Amino acid sequence: MAPTAPSPAKSASPSQPSGKSEVSDLKQQLRQLAGSRAPDADDQRRDVFKRVISCMTAGIDVSAAFGEMVLCSATSDVVLKKMCYLYVGVHARAHPDLALLTINFLQRDCRDQDPTIRGLALRSLCSLRVPNLVEYLVTPLTTGLKDPSAYVRMVAAVGAAKLYHISATTCLDADLPAALKALMLSDPDAQIIILTLPCHMTIFTCPIISTTFAIKRTFGFGTSWHEEEEEVSLDGQVVANCLHSLLEIWTLEAANSEAAGREIETLYSKPVVFYLLNKIKEFSEWAQCHVLELASKFIPSDNNEIFDIMNLLEDRLQHANGAVVLATIKVFLHLTMSMTDVHQQVYERIKAPLLTLVGAGSPEQSYSVLCHLHLLVMRAPMLFSSDYKSFYCQFSDPSYVKKLKLEMLTAIANESNTYEIVTELCEYAGNVDVPIARESIRAVGKIALQQYDVNAIVDRLLQFLEMDKDYVTAETLVLVKDLLRKYPQWSHDCIAVVGNISSQNIQEPKGKAALIWMLGEYSQDMHDAPYVLENLVDNWDEEQSPEVRLHLLTAVMKCFFKRPPETQKALGATLAAGLADTHQDVHDRALFYYRLLQYDPAVAERVVNPPKQAVSVFADTQSSEIKDRIFDEFNSLSVVYQKPSYMFTDKEHRGTFEYSEDLANLTVGADAPETVISAQRYQENDNDLLLSTSDKEDNGIRSSNGSYTSTYNAPSDLLSSQTPAETALINPSSSTYSTQTNFSLDDLLGLGVPDASAPPPPPALALNSKPVLDPATFQKKWGQLALSFSQECSLSLQGAASLMNPQSLIRHMQSNYIQCIASGGQPPNYKFYFYGQKAGAAAFYLVECIVNTASAKAQLKIKAEDGTTAEAFSTLFQSVLSQFGHS
Amino acid sequence: MISQFFVLSQRGDHIVFRDYRGEVPKGSAEIFFRKVKFWNEDEAEEAPPVFNIDGVNYVHVKVAGLFFVVTTMVNISPSLLLELLQRIARVTKDYLGVLNEDSLRKNFILVYELLDEVIDFGYPQTTSTEALKSYIFNEPIMVDAGRLPPLGPAAMFMQGTKRMPGTAVTKSVVANEPGGKKREEIFVDIIEKISVTFSSSGYILTSEIDGTIQMKSYLSGNPEIRLALNEDLGIGKNSSSTHDYRSSSGGGSVVLDDCNFHESVQLDSFDIDRTLHLIPPDGEFPVMNYRMTQEFKPPFRVTALIEEAGPSRAEVLLKIRADFPANVTANTITVQMPVPSYTMRASFELEAGAVGQTTDFKEGTRRLEWNLKKIVGGSEHTLRAKLTFSQESHGNLTKEAGPVNMNFTIPMYNASKLQVRYLQIAKKSKTYNPYRWVRYVTQANSYVARL
Repeated sequence: MAPTAPSPAKSASPSQPSGKSEVSDLKQQLRQLAGSRAPDADDQRRDVFKRVISCMTAGIDVSAAFGEMVLCSATSDVVLKKMCYLYVGVHARAHPDLALLTINFLQRDCRDQDPTIRGLALRSLCSLRVPNLVEYLVTPLTTGLKDPSAYVRMVAAVGAAKLYHISATTCLDADLPAALKALMLSDPDAQIIILTLPCHMTIFTCPIISTTFAIKRTFGFGTSWHEEEEEVSLDGQVVANCLHSLLEIWTLEAANSEAAGREIETLYSKPVVFYLLNKIKEFSEWAQCHVLELASKFIPSDNNEIFDIMNLLEDRLQHANGAVVLATIKVFLHLTMSMTDVHQQVYERIKAPLLTLVGAGSPEQSYSVLCHLHLLVMRAPMLFSSDYKSFYCQFSDPSYVKKLKLEMLTAIANESNTYEIVTELCEYAGNVDVPIARESIRAVGKIALQQYDVNAIVDRLLQFLEMDKDYVTAETLVLVKDLLRKYPQWSHDCIAVVGNISSQNIQEPKGKAALIWMLGEYSQDMHDAPYVLENLVDNWDEEQSPEVRLHLLTAVMKCFFKRPPETQKALGATLAAGLADTHQDVHDRALFYYRLLQYDPAVAERVVNPPKQAVSVFADTQSSEIKDRIFDEFNSLSVVYQKPSYMFTDKEHRGTFEYSEDLANLTVGADAPETVISAQRYQENDNDLLLSTSDKEDNGIRSSNGSYTSTYNAPSDLLSSQTPAETALINPSSSTYSTQTNFSLDDLLGLGVPDASAPPPPPALALNSKPVLDPATFQKKWGQLALSFSQECSLSLQGAASLMNPQSLIRHMQSNYIQCIASGGQPPNYKFYFYGQKAGAAAFYLVECIVNTASAKAQLKIKAEDGTTAEAFSTLFQSVLSQFGHS
Repeated sequence: MISQFFVLSQRGDHIVFRDYRGEVPKGSAEIFFRKVKFWNEDEAEEAPPVFNIDGVNYVHVKVAGLFFVVTTMVNISPSLLLELLQRIARVTKDYLGVLNEDSLRKNFILVYELLDEVIDFGYPQTTSTEALKSYIFNEPIMVDAGRLPPLGPAAMFMQGTKRMPGTAVTKSVVANEPGGKKREEIFVDIIEKISVTFSSSGYILTSEIDGTIQMKSYLSGNPEIRLALNEDLGIGKNSSSTHDYRSSSGGGSVVLDDCNFHESVQLDSFDIDRTLHLIPPDGEFPVMNYRMTQEFKPPFRVTALIEEAGPSRAEVLLKIRADFPANVTANTITVQMPVPSYTMRASFELEAGAVGQTTDFKEGTRRLEWNLKKIVGGSEHTLRAKLTFSQESHGNLTKEAGPVNMNFTIPMYNASKLQVRYLQIAKKSKTYNPYRWVRYVTQANSYVARL
């Protein structure tokens, strides 16, 4: 592979791939041609120019020929001109002084009689990107915006944005935005702010009568649209380009001036949005997309406006261009957010057009549409449950499409279609495409976890195990394990089959870990569990995966509590191997188990093998906050990546339609107190189920036993006071435990004993430990109260460093009775809204806290309902904040 | 806002490269190419059309073996970019007649000219072949279409039937004919991609038709056109299911699930007489896309059997029956069947007197492949294969093999029975009588028979 090979220039000396001598050759030829008046000079120039551009395309540096190219550009041949401008546009930046030479020609051409030449010259002039030439741009641009030819105006409108990027001040000083705005709204009807609807088209109506109205099918209306011929008039494009440029300029400018923010608001205002929507059919399909995007941010004042807009845009849903359809759908979805039943009707209405688009275009086009369908299906699976056949994988689908379809099938499975879906998925499990086969098995498992009647599905899963394919077995084991965590009642059927699987046959860590988990968890039912585990421990050193070794540790512990005599030997070997392990986590867990056993085996059993509640819901991998964010960004790359834009774009490129972050948009709820303690509810992340199980078990202990330090310090106390470990271990119920303390304890003494951290200074103000405040009230109070304090304070460096995500600080504040109601942002800037309540009083304290981790500074705004204690609260808040990272 | 547009060859050479905003770091084309080429190599997965590397979003489509790519730094609509890329490819094809690496390389200056007008500072401008005409000054340099492998949906007409002039569909909208005068003609192609899945017992599990009515006009003076479809055409699955279900099985009305239209189409009388009015712009464009899940008669019946024949042997029987009229001929038929991974050898036995059929055992992918040049309607063909395994097969052979997948093209046949009743061109004068070509073709999209 040689992606950089400069091969397009086939005609030109292939023997000199470096291009160096070729460039000098071209230079020379250009020089000869520069003054030539030979009749065929233009043809010759064309040839040489072509070769120059061909080299440029291939990535060869042809900037050395700049002077010669400019000399040759004095020509009336349009083709030559265009090639020359293309060249100059690419290289002018590197040769600002020489670029000046072209200005003359360009300026002259800007005054040419032929509008095509004028437009071309103006576009090239603005594309030079040379800062010290901006003065030459202003006049042609201002005249261009008023040019009689729509083509020139169209070019000038974009040119204004180009100028802004080269020199913002020049652009603003010349008052170009105002000229753009005037041009955009120059239509005589600009003042009319009523949507001109085709009179008999009422497809969406008020929900009051929604019982009687079904959404009219696409063909219910007759004379709905009269396209203005097929030739999209350039006037539409002028307006569209003005809109592009204005949005771009004001969005960038908004960072520096409030006036720009107001200008943006004007663009989203009713007069502008309605004006543009009324003209929608004059726009090219691409400009339509842009106008629709603008409309999706419009906030209507009443429901009638919503229905008017939707009725006006209804026919856009049957446009052959998928981008127009998706942009329309975004408008519909966002407009109807607050009207549940209409929102649902919108889903019904858009289903068919979306499915048609999936089938119509190229695989790439349908992929993008499918990504959006995926988002909708995930939000409202019930609405798609009867369309499950549309999501069956087709032979020709690329794997990225199949993956999406499998996820959708999983989501929409319900009582009525599960049998068909699972049957179909089982077909894929034998697929030659191994990754898809795996995904299909996982999908079956996920469906089993969602359903009440899993009987049949369990049978199918167990049949997978009989297929005797390595990856099928591994995937299935993981699923059976999850299934057992949710439906322990199935253990007998599953164990019978799983027991027959030899651990030697499973290579994949995930599958092996799952099998080991089951061996530990159900060792009382699996006859040879201790011996299988013992075998595995014997091969400890050969086990590559730390994940498997971690599970082995835990499984042997569990087995020990259930069948001590048979497991004792294995346990000793396991702990010894674990302590000697080079992997930090494995080592630490072994040490932890070891000390736990030393301290009290009964406690150890409660920690390692507590009675388990069946998992009711496996937590989603994505928070609802993120999902909502993606939904807000419908019809954007976020949907394809399944990530909100802040995760993949930097701030300056966030786009012109980005929401600004303020209190109203900060997400509320994700950090509310009840979700933080959810650890005890066994809500695990699907990504690494097993590991988190034990982690969460630890958490559970931490909170139930009071403080972490007390349990942890105990063994070291025992050891340091030279109390024989046995005294703690002698336990009437199981005297066998004592024998396994036969390794050297001394090695372990120095390890892992934490220094007792200094207790926090006693707060001067007592806060209510469980204040309750809902977001709406918060917002109201925040609006009503006056500012008590506004100051900057600093965070400790450790604190700043450990603030990798908002959650860590929220938890810290919570432990000091300061609750978070909303948070947002990404490194290095975070924004939080906190509140606290004085103990035994009703008064709340509200805090806005903007943290910059790079400078380790925090901006505080504190508002208090009880002014007298405001200062005390402020001191308390700052001291708590400054302790963040120390504890 | 598009940052860059470029076209790369299969080897990664730049064919055209245009930077609109100068904000993407250098070397983006190389980064893109490496990523696409080596996307998840172990699992042999294809790169998705949209991905992000270091904050740069790369969006691409594959057309005629070339990568058409745009990069962008902002979070904009992926569909817009993908549609635009397809459209650029189509406009280029309109101008060059044939779209492939050779024609692009020969005409790259013209393509730059187009790109200059199609996108300005990253904003899409006009993509109408017709509107662009006044700004394009280069003459296309024609490549010899005959030598080149045919591409695109129109190409399928060139192999099977000799009824159309083969060069017509590959001629540029701007180039002049050698005779100086342009031939007045219009092509309407009804192209249907069908997907059918047969269960192991031969039942149809799923079936779908994705169709397009594609138009390519070389008419001068933009006359209005009326395109009439089946009078009893139903649209919307729910609207007609109650009364139509019985009649449809008897070959009655055609009911589409849904459809969409090109923006030049006026639907004024579509509700009444199922006629589309339009003034076709120059170049190729889809008049209407439609989707149908109503039951239809699949053109082929496929039966596949695999049976054990001794300890490490098996026999495969593949049978195809062409369920369409004898005056229709399918061409370029490929039947593929994955066999157990421990298959070492396969020997084939074609039916007696088989002409134009080849067989192959692809060792790398463990597939049997059966190619047939043509199949005449009503005929039946069988293939027997003996497989030799490297180990004894355990368990169920049918779980280890299949499903059978079939590819084909059937010119002058459409599975949905959607018809163009007439194509009327508004007359300019009495002598004006342009050529009209209405052509049908059915292609397999996913034609699968399970074992």
